[in-house]
Formats: sequence, C-alpha cells, structure tokens
Amino acid sequence: MAKSRSNNGKPLSVVGKPFRKVDARAKCTGQTKFADDIFLPRMLHCKILRSHEPHAIIKSIDVSKATALPGVIAVITGKDLPIPYGILPVSQDEHALCIDKVRFIGDPVAAVAAIDEDVAFDAMNLIEVEYERLNTISSIEEAVMIDEPRIHEYGDGGNIHKKVSLEFGDVEEGFADADLVREDTFFYEGNTHLPMEQHAAVAYFDPDNKLTLWSATQTPHYVHRALTKVLEIPASHIRVIATPNGGGFGGKSDPFNHEVVVCKLSMITGRPVKNTLTREEVFYCHRGRHPVLMRVKTGVRKDGAITAMHFQSFLDGGAYGSYGVASTFYTGALQTVTYDVPRYKFQGLRAFTNKPPCGPKRGHGTPQPRYALEVQLDKIAEDLKLDPAEMRRAHLVKPNSITANYLRIGSMGLGQCIDKVVYGSGWKDKFSGWNQSKRNLPYGKGIGFACSSYICGAGLPIYWNNMPQSGVQLRLDRQGGVCVMCGSIDIGQGSDSILAYIVAEVLGIDPFDIRVITADTDLTPVDLGSYSSRVTLMTGNAAIQAAERARELLVIAVAEKLGVPIENVSLAERRVFDVENPEVGVSFAEAVVLAESKFGTIGTVGSYSPPRSPGKYKGAGVGPSPAYSYSAAVAEVDVDPSTGIVVVERIWIAHDIGKSINPVLVLGQVEGSVYMGLGEILMEEMAYRANRNVVHKFPSMLEYKSPTTMEMCDVKTYLIEDPDPNGPYGAKEVGQGPLLPVPPAVANAVYDAVGVRIDEVPITPEKVLKALREKAKGSDGRYGPDSIPSVDWPEPLRVLTPAEGGDGREMPRVAVHS
Amino acid sequence: MRDGPKQKSHIKFTLNGETAEVAFAPHKTLLEVLREDLALTGTKHGCELGECGTCTVLVDGRAILSCLMLGLDAEGREVKTIEGMADGTQLHPLQDTFADLGAAQCGYCSPGFLLVAEELLEKNPSPTRDEIKEALSGNLCRCTGYIKIYEAVELAAARMRGEEMELPRESIYGYE
Repeated sequence: MAKSRSNNGKPLSVVGKPFRKVDARAKCTGQTKFADDIFLPRMLHCKILRSHEPHAIIKSIDVSKATALPGVIAVITGKDLPIPYGILPVSQDEHALCIDKVRFIGDPVAAVAAIDEDVAFDAMNLIEVEYERLNTISSIEEAVMIDEPRIHEYGDGGNIHKKVSLEFGDVEEGFADADLVREDTFFYEGNTHLPMEQHAAVAYFDPDNKLTLWSATQTPHYVHRALTKVLEIPASHIRVIATPNGGGFGGKSDPFNHEVVVCKLSMITGRPVKNTLTREEVFYCHRGRHPVLMRVKTGVRKDGAITAMHFQSFLDGGAYGSYGVASTFYTGALQTVTYDVPRYKFQGLRAFTNKPPCGPKRGHGTPQPRYALEVQLDKIAEDLKLDPAEMRRAHLVKPNSITANYLRIGSMGLGQCIDKVVYGSGWKDKFSGWNQSKRNLPYGKGIGFACSSYICGAGLPIYWNNMPQSGVQLRLDRQGGVCVMCGSIDIGQGSDSILAYIVAEVLGIDPFDIRVITADTDLTPVDLGSYSSRVTLMTGNAAIQAAERARELLVIAVAEKLGVPIENVSLAERRVFDVENPEVGVSFAEAVVLAESKFGTIGTVGSYSPPRSPGKYKGAGVGPSPAYSYSAAVAEVDVDPSTGIVVVERIWIAHDIGKSINPVLVLGQVEGSVYMGLGEILMEEMAYRANRNVVHKFPSMLEYKSPTTMEMCDVKTYLIEDPDPNGPYGAKEVGQGPLLPVPPAVANAVYDAVGVRIDEVPITPEKVLKALREKAKGSDGRYGPDSIPSVDWPEPLRVLTPAEGGDGREMPRVAVHS
Repeated sequence: MRDGPKQKSHIKFTLNGETAEVAFAPHKTLLEVLREDLALTGTKHGCELGECGTCTVLVDGRAILSCLMLGLDAEGREVKTIEGMADGTQLHPLQDTFADLGAAQCGYCSPGFLLVAEELLEKNPSPTRDEIKEALSGNLCRCTGYIKIYEAVELAAARMRGEEMELPRESIYGYE
C-alpha cells in the first residue's frame, strides 16, 4: 500500500490543491437538500411530547383527547416501541418513548402524527401524563453519594454508570523518582454542539413494506442497526439516507428517538412523516461535552521529564449511556501520546444524573483532560522555572514508538508545530518568563502555550466485528463517467469532496468529472460514519484501493491496445497514455470502452480496516488509531482586571496534518476548531439549576452564549506536513484535533496576563474577578475545584509497559505487587 | 378538520424579481411561507426566535429575519432569497468566493451570510475587516470560525469593484 500512498512517484495533480468542494455551488445557492427541506406528498407532521419532570415514574398517559382532535392521524406512546436501543452494545438503555419512567427534562413520552405542524402541536398539548416524582441526582457528587433512587438498573452500582481503573507500570515508583510531584484539580463544564441545523427526520413506509428514513445523522449505519432492532423488521427492508448535515460536531452521532418515532408513525399510517426538532429540543437531545472533574498527579524531574502520571476523571454523564463508556476511557487515553509518560495510571468514573445525556463532541472525551494536563504542565514549568514551550519540546514522544498504554505512534510532527508557533508568535519576546516584575507585555496582556494530539479514527468499531470500517465502490461507464459510492456522510467537513479528489488523482481525471453518492444504505457500501476523525483516513484508503483496482483494468486494456508494456501506461489529464510517447494514448472514456470490452462492466471496490493495536488488555479498545495528529497553539489575551473580561486577540496554531488533501479545507477545519475551542474556554456552558428541579439554564441560542464575529479571534495557521504511512497520501485528521490546545493555551495566557489560575472551564469574567480579589487579599489567586469525591475504586488492572517488557496484556491478578 | 373553514390569507409581492401570489394561514411567518408554501427551502432556520440569523432574507434590500416577520407583511414588498442571488447559472461574486474559499462548510448558515454580505457590499463596496465583522455579527456559524467568510467577502468586494485581487498565500496554504 505504501507505493499507492506516494502515487507511484508521480507528481500529484489533485491532492494538495485548493479545489472547490464538489458540492460548493449547491451550498452557496441554497440548493443542498437538508432533512427538513424534504416535503413529500401526503406527508404528516410529528411532534413529540417531552417530560417536564427530571425524574419521575409515569403513572398514566391519556391520549384520548389528542387522538380525538380533528387532523390527528396517530398517537403513540412507549408501549408501541418497547425495545430498548443505544449506540453502544453495552448501553442499550434508551427507549424511543419512555416506558415507565422519565429521567430528564426533555425525555420523550408520546408522539403525534397529524396533517400539519399546528395540529400536531395542539394534539401534543392535549396528551395528559400523570407523573410520580422521584428525587433527582443533579451532580457527580450526588451520584457518587446517593445510591437510591437509581436512574438506571444497570451499571457499576448506585448511580455510577462505569468505573475504570488501569495502571501501566508502577506509578508510585515513578513518583518516588521525581524531583517534583504536583497534584491539581480541574473542572471542565459541559457544553453542546449547537449545530445550526436542528435535527430533522422524514420516514416513509411504502406500499411494498419497505421503510426509508432520511435523517440528519452522522452515523447512518448505526441508525440502520438500531431501527432494525427497535422496529423488528429486517435490515434489508430498511433504507437509511443521511442527508447532508447542517453541522454535526458529534451531536448527530447517536440513533435518536425522533428517528425511531417517525418510522413507527409512518408504519402505522402508511404516509410519510416528518419531525424537526425545535432549538429547545436540540438542547435536550444534547450528547455533548461531558462535564468532567479531574485530579492530576504528575511527577517530573528538574528538566520537566515526566516520571509518572496518575489521572482521575469524574464524568457527569446525564441520563443515558450514549457513548459514555467510550467517553470515560477517552478521558484517560491520550495523555500519553504527546510527551513521554513512562508510568501511567488512570481511574475514570461516569455518573448518571437527571440531565440530558452527554456523549461525543468534537474531541470526544479528550479536551477536558488535555486542558487539565496542559495547565498543570504550565504550573510545573513555573515551579521548575522553565520555559513552558521548551520544556514540552524536550520530552516529546518519539515517532514510531509505543506508549506506556500501548498506543502505537506513527508520524509525529509536534516538534515542528511547537517551533512554528513559538517563532510565529514572537513567544520569547512576549512571555513573562514567570517573572511578573520583569514583564515583557504590560500587566493585563498575556500569552499562553499548549499542545495536543488526536486520533485519526478509532482502531475498533462500535460493535465487535471483523469487517472493514470503510468501503468504497466505484463504477466506470463506457461514456467515461465515474461514480464513487461510499457510506460516509458529509457533515460540512468535505468528505464527499475528499472521495472525488482521491479517485480523480488515481485515475488522472478532474474531480468535477466524478459523481459522488454517499450515505445511502441501499446504494453505498458501509462506512461507519462521520465520527472520531476517521473519514479522510479510512474512506481515503478505501477509495485509493478501489481506484487502483479500476486503474489496473484500464492500464491492461490500454497497454494491449497501444502494444506497450503495462508499466509504461499512465493516467493524467483525462488521458491514458504511453509515458515514453505521451502523445500516443487514448482518452479516459476510450480507455473505459477498451476495458469494458475486455473485462465486462467495470466496477471495483476498496475497503479499509485499521491495523491491529498492540494493546490486548481489557479497555485497550479506546485510544488506538492508525495515526495521531498533533497541534501546538499560542494564545495572546487581553484581560481587563476591573471587569474580568478576557478578550482573546490572536491564536497561532500549527497542525501536523500529515498531508493536506486540500489545504483550503484543512485551514477551514483548523479555524473552525479554534473557534469552537474559544467558545468552550470563554463562554459556552450547558448548565442547570440543580436546586430548581434540574432545569436547563439556557435552552436557547440567545442565552447559550457562543462566539459571534465580534468575539472570534484572529487566527494564524501553520500546516505541518509529516506524512503518516497509514494515511492516504500521508494524510491525518484535522476536524477535531486543533480544538484541543485552545482552551489550555487561553487559560495559561490569562495567568501570564494577570497572575490568576482559572482551573475551571469556561473562564467567565466572574471567575477571573473572584480570583483577582482573592489574590489581592494575599491568597494564590486561583479559581477552581479543590476536592474530588471519595470513591471505592476497583483494584486497577495492571499492565507492564513496553519498556518493562510487557506484551500488552494485563498481568494476572495473583502476580500483582501490593 | 378543525372547527369551521380555515381562513387563508392571500398576498401578492415581488419574490426574486418575479411576481408571486400565495395563500397561507395568516399566523405564518415569512420563513414558513417561503419554505412551506412557496417551496423555496434555500432559506434555513436555526432557532425560529430571531437569535441566529440563519433565516435572513432581503426585504426591500434590507436584511431581515424571516422568522420574525409575518408573511402578511410581505404584501407589496420586494423579497429576495438565496434562490434569487445568482443570475441564472452565473453565481453572484459572493457565491463564487464563498465556494472557492470553503466559506460554506456545512452550508446551512450560508444563505443568511450571503444575503447579509450582499446588503453590506451594496451599501459599502469597500468594507474594512471590522465593518465586515460588524455587519455579520447577527449571524451565527458553527463551522468556519468566520475567517473564510471574511476573506470571501473581501475578495468578492474587490472583484465587484473591478479590482484584480489575489488572495494571500496564507489564506490557502497557511503561514510559512
């Protein structure tokens, strides 16, 4: 495969070039059909009644008044959809409509299909539900302390969903070896994706008993699986078409209740049924960033080399499992892939609470620990009086190595990333050097530094299987048409275009010659979905394989026609020709005719499975990836000490992309990631009034603050191309990784500016002011949590590190040292 | 159906340069009338509460939030939606630069941004970066971080002024 990734030594004509996206004209003319843009004849509208109680037994539901309302065609409740589902096989804990109890404000209870939206809305309000209130669990602390009532009847006891305990090498030995051991506590508040498009779905159960669902989903394959389970009809009778997502960011990655509900209502009525969530309902759908409380203990030598790390995380999971078990592992997985951590211990706990369920948001489970780790390293650098950028630079994980927790690192361009932003930002002339009396910038202005890494696709699929994670099918027709089909869904990141660019590169044609058909379970081979930054790497490799197989057929046929050896035949500029006599050749379309005459109809397939992970211990499934992207960022801030308002003026960010398939799209992902990280560190909060019935504080776009053009900072982006052997043409991810260094870089810059540590995200003016006042009174001027809940952790699963001669398996319990 | 005959209102107005007549329930917003009764789904919605700017259309040349305007109030007025921005198959310069620079990622907020930008350039052919930010501040975009949008507006403005403008290399490949 390595040969193909370098394109046979041929110069690249599409890859690396700033082509338009294949769907750019549609998007700029309003012609892209999103789910809510679908209007079908006889279509009914659906509304879902949601619980206004955060935790309650459903005593009774009376739908008689709703059913009697003229224009109402069907009303359903939980008893119509009794089978549970969930994205992870281990957390099948959701019902499309709640059966016996509700677990958060917004939990779905009943659904109506009516002739129009107004009638559906009126009918929804005529449904009478009698609840019996239960005590609520509103925080991690409460979940740990209060066992009853249980939100779910499964998990690791009481209201604990999951506990994880892993130890790689002996961390106590590492701490004993250290010159400095720091323990710090951090809290990262939850926040939500806030895609501009509200989720929407349309279902049609047709007269031939086949069901089609159009939905704004990032994971049509997983929705397909959930529907066949819940609706009890064969998967072969279900077609899921993911419509272009109007933003996803992870928020459209679960199978959702409204998707199941419109299908069921269409099966009952025989008519198309649509449901579009209101913005308020989108907040309840959530699946966003988990609030995470963290305790980090790190030992270092005088030069900043880490000797051991013990990381504890406590996740507020909300009311359902969602991706939570994976999220929990992710809060402990990637600490080891940036700087060398020879001994590492991770303990994670996910709690159930009576809030909208948390799940994967851009960076899934890793921005929280990355923030904690990078802020703590800043404190360590100050303790050791080291430059924080140089200190990190000196202890980077080596390329082509295996970490203590058995993650295999391939290419590693973080050193170059650090150099770029340090130089570009003028870091050395601006940083205070931990000496407030000899500041380079005036008081109130500050600069901060942080690094990060992210996976390029998860090593394992969500459900256990040995099949490829991505498939691509290619059809060449005798007119020279090329159609590429893949299950991947474009959520705005440009995945449709990536397929066209790569196929065009291999076949020597123009990307706009290619028709791209994606995300339709009837037409396209499975791709697992647009999550975990997997799409470019996995569909890209599958597309290369499919295109190379097609190229081979064309080359054989043309070589025969031209009477030249096959190694002399090349494809470029819509021609297939003899490299020694470039004028001797045929057009691409003629080449297809020759190949079709010789071999029959030309169709090829390609698929991709990630390499096996070296980790074999229980829990080793989260963290492995075919490749890791790297980022480094410097933030420059202006903090007004009289108001506490933090203005981020500029962020310099360097991202190790491996190889840009399209640099403009890469820049767009970097800038968008910086933007989202900026929102998280400065303002975005998914917050609740715990003492007032766990009511969501701001289920609207006005009150849930997100950066407008007025808050967005200037961004200077550097792309580092350190090609990874596992990436298509060496490409790695960019959709999520560049978010990660932004929150800690800003937090570190705030400290540089005014000397207060805000160990809690977001950094609101109130927190800055409070810390400044405390500092003025002589304290250390820190705002953040001090304690973590006391938890009975299970005995850690112990694994010898590679350096200790480990084989990636856990040690037998009997051999465990005490 | 519901009690009594449903009263539909009937209006006549100019839509994307053509005369349009439509009947609809009188409480409907212009957003709903455009999408549901006139099948112009290019106008999007993100909140239906006037918070996000996604549903922006031009009414008599001014950007307004179609989710906050009653359809009835369009009577006799000139409404322009994203469907009316291109001249046939010839894209408006803003549409061209948005497409070239990836200023439309998911494309959901793009119609609103494009129309606000069109109004801006109509009034101010040479806006500064700060003036662009100010003009676009009522529209939320979660994908782009707005930067490619600024660059696209600047490039389109230059082209509309008849200037030859090349984008700086760093807008395409990043900084060296």
